[in-house]
Amino acid sequence: MGRKFSLACLLAITAGYCAAETILIRNATVLTVTKGALQNGSVLVENGKIAAIGKNVSAPADATVVDATGKYLMPGIIDCHSHTAIEGGVNEGTISDSSMVNIKDVIDPYDINIYRALAGGLTVSNVLHGSANAIGGQTVVIKLRWGNTAKEMLFEGAKPGIKFALGENPKRQGYPAQSFFSQGPAVERRFPGTRMGVEQVIRESFTEAKNYQATWKEYNDKLARGEHPIPPKRDLRLEPLVEVLEGKRYVHAHCYRSDEILMLMRVADEIRFKIRTFQHVLEGYKVAKEIAAHGAGASTFSDWWGYKIEAYDATPYNAAIMTRKGVVVSLNSDSDELQRHLNLEAAKTMRYGGLSETEALAMVTINPAKQLGIDDKVGSIEVGKSADMVLFDRHPLDNFSKPLKVWIDGHEYFDRDKDLETRPEFQRKKKALEEKLKAEERSGAAKQGSEESAPGPTPKRAGAPRLRQEGIQ
Amino acid sequence: MKYRWAILAAALLSQGGFAAAPMAIALRDAHVVTVSGPDLPKATVLLRDGLIQDVGPNISIPADAWVIDGTGFTVYPGFINGLSTWGIPAQESERGGPSGTGQRAAEPRVSGPEDRPETNSFERAADLVNPSDKRLEAGRAAGFTTSATFPSGGIFEGLGAMVDLAGERGRDMVIAQPIGQGIAFRVRSGGMGRSFPSSLMGNIAYIRQLFLDLDQYKEAKQIYNAHPGGNRRPEYDHDLEGLAESPRVLLPADEAQQIDRTLNFGHELKVPSVIYGAHEAYRRVEAVKQANVPVLVSLKWPQKPNEGDPHEIPDYRELQIREQAPAVPAMLAKAGVKFGFYSDGVDSAEDLKKALKKAIDAGLSRADAIRALSLNVAEIYGVSDRLGSIEKGKIANLVIIKGEVFDAKSTVEYVFIDGKQFRPERGK
Repeated sequence: MGRKFSLACLLAITAGYCAAETILIRNATVLTVTKGALQNGSVLVENGKIAAIGKNVSAPADATVVDATGKYLMPGIIDCHSHTAIEGGVNEGTISDSSMVNIKDVIDPYDINIYRALAGGLTVSNVLHGSANAIGGQTVVIKLRWGNTAKEMLFEGAKPGIKFALGENPKRQGYPAQSFFSQGPAVERRFPGTRMGVEQVIRESFTEAKNYQATWKEYNDKLARGEHPIPPKRDLRLEPLVEVLEGKRYVHAHCYRSDEILMLMRVADEIRFKIRTFQHVLEGYKVAKEIAAHGAGASTFSDWWGYKIEAYDATPYNAAIMTRKGVVVSLNSDSDELQRHLNLEAAKTMRYGGLSETEALAMVTINPAKQLGIDDKVGSIEVGKSADMVLFDRHPLDNFSKPLKVWIDGHEYFDRDKDLETRPEFQRKKKALEEKLKAEERSGAAKQGSEESAPGPTPKRAGAPRLRQEGIQ
Repeated sequence: MKYRWAILAAALLSQGGFAAAPMAIALRDAHVVTVSGPDLPKATVLLRDGLIQDVGPNISIPADAWVIDGTGFTVYPGFINGLSTWGIPAQESERGGPSGTGQRAAEPRVSGPEDRPETNSFERAADLVNPSDKRLEAGRAAGFTTSATFPSGGIFEGLGAMVDLAGERGRDMVIAQPIGQGIAFRVRSGGMGRSFPSSLMGNIAYIRQLFLDLDQYKEAKQIYNAHPGGNRRPEYDHDLEGLAESPRVLLPADEAQQIDRTLNFGHELKVPSVIYGAHEAYRRVEAVKQANVPVLVSLKWPQKPNEGDPHEIPDYRELQIREQAPAVPAMLAKAGVKFGFYSDGVDSAEDLKKALKKAIDAGLSRADAIRALSLNVAEIYGVSDRLGSIEKGKIANLVIIKGEVFDAKSTVEYVFIDGKQFRPERGK
């Protein structure tokens, strides 16, 4: 058994995210979120899981001990709405139902925003397709295991999702609209152009999905009867919708206005599927009871609105009101910048709506975990859960707090001191490499005479992945 | 018969650098790098009827052979460009719209995979090649005799052919076809382009869908042929016929995460795959080796862009890619990964030589470089039974260099293609 374990662990180490290390975090204020706060508490991490929590936790002699006196330990922050680390376009915005595309296919583990988010205490992201179409692409939950491959970042066992979008974005027809004043040919637009049309797209796609289900059933029945039917074509657009109907895939619906939120719930009830979360949901406070009755969660902003017409009738009390009406509420980032300080977004719900400290912290930990169906694994500091934790220098709801260390599965992915320490060395290395390449270019140019004979320009990278676009030449 | 030869000779002579093809040619007393076997410091290569009739140190030269004194010359298998459009003149290669631009306003909007966007899977390089392409001469001047040539344009770019870089007509150039399906990702306006697909994930979803369609198409045809009564006949599908013929797919991947993605994707498609690009493969040598997927390394080494903001500070990774890319071939060779080179738009003899020199300066051994330019590519495309080394019975595609290849002062004296001799013009 021991041997088997160590072999598995060895493989996992080579994969980069093994957490065989035993860690004892001592004497911290432990904000468990689900079981209150523990003063001068210790947390023992073994095999990537939280093994013990208490005032007096004994650790084996070889454990790494982190003295956290005066510091605060909280669960890793979870973002229910992110577009980080997507390569080659956040939207497949060309069509009104793009459910065949999958964010899982295009995760870029080298996106520096992953590391920057880690530095803000984020450990889990629900990476979503954009909101250009009524039914968008498939979504994926990742753990921010910086330094690993895309596959290794996937949150094992997290149910996949799909993005829906209502309102202005999908009815903008997925194409940058031609300005009233601009010259040039008119741009052909795609359906839908109205909120009615958005509803129609959803209805039509699910009608097709049901037919698709029936077609396959008919085929399988014929096979069972010993006939020789020709199999139907597989349809990657309809398959995820069938999964939604079968409860195997979550729907995360981008929305703003209360009338549309009600519309989508009516459509879902009629077609018989569930909305897992309403995203943004700025008018959720108007229909909170109905959202709670549907069993949907709400993932909203703290105090960001007014950036378009449908986002005006908003209030920073939204999260608190929905919480009081029984909705599971989370605060999301929708942004590479905001995802670095979601703890402060959570703090705003105490100022606006008077939520308790624990309720505020839940907005970015256990609540998004519940919304993503991963609350049995992450979202709080409890024995048996994954050791996804953040150590803050002050209370995380304090404006001046900074994450000092971040663990995922008991593996340290961020350490503020180490980061600061290595910066000068990194800058030196980068400078040296820049100089070396410059020198090579100069000598190359001198030797070879003309610039013309050098290979042509490489596409600009500027931090973003460089996709081979030219095809075969 | 005589008459035909005369016409042929006239035709050949009318083009610069051509010489009439005698029945047999003997290259005597040359250093022969066979690639498949040991180096022969002083040997004769005998060519007849476009084939290598014999090679070895003690070969009797037949009376009808033209004899070339090979003293001071080194003979290598003709170099093979691992992937290009060489042989397809520019206007032919542009069908399917200019790549990467999205200027296809005149075409009807594509509203989903069912419209089969940018699908030229049936396009055949063998039908498009033509000896009038100016790049052939430049390629020959750099020692290339052969190219894995693919049509260009679209996501499914079409069926490639292994072609000679010379011939009287297009059809004379074709050695083997189809040798693979070229695939490119066409990302436009960050996913907000006019027609599906315009994001990377849209491209991937579409390619996945077409391969699923192919599975169904094959099964449907099979079932229908066995049980025609009671089933509707499957529709003939031009796109899928092209895809069905592809013995392998070529998938683009430059950066590390793209290589991971491509390895997974190729595995998922259940078709043998070849990666092209590979400039950041130094981070994924082990993964590529484990996956046992061959690699074609682009000779267009990444460089500081000629245009763009001079004050922009590139990120560290970009700098590393510029530094490390030319070392990729050496690392692949060391790890035992099968790889070749491809021109990727580097089309002049001088630039090709320079680009190859960079890989050698970065640690690639000459022997490995030569193999990557010949037998490796032939093996990648499954034509090593007829190409890629100097062996009895193989096609007489050779390059003869005064001195040794990759030396600063060496020159390409002759190339032989199908046993026909070409002399590159000096100064090209």
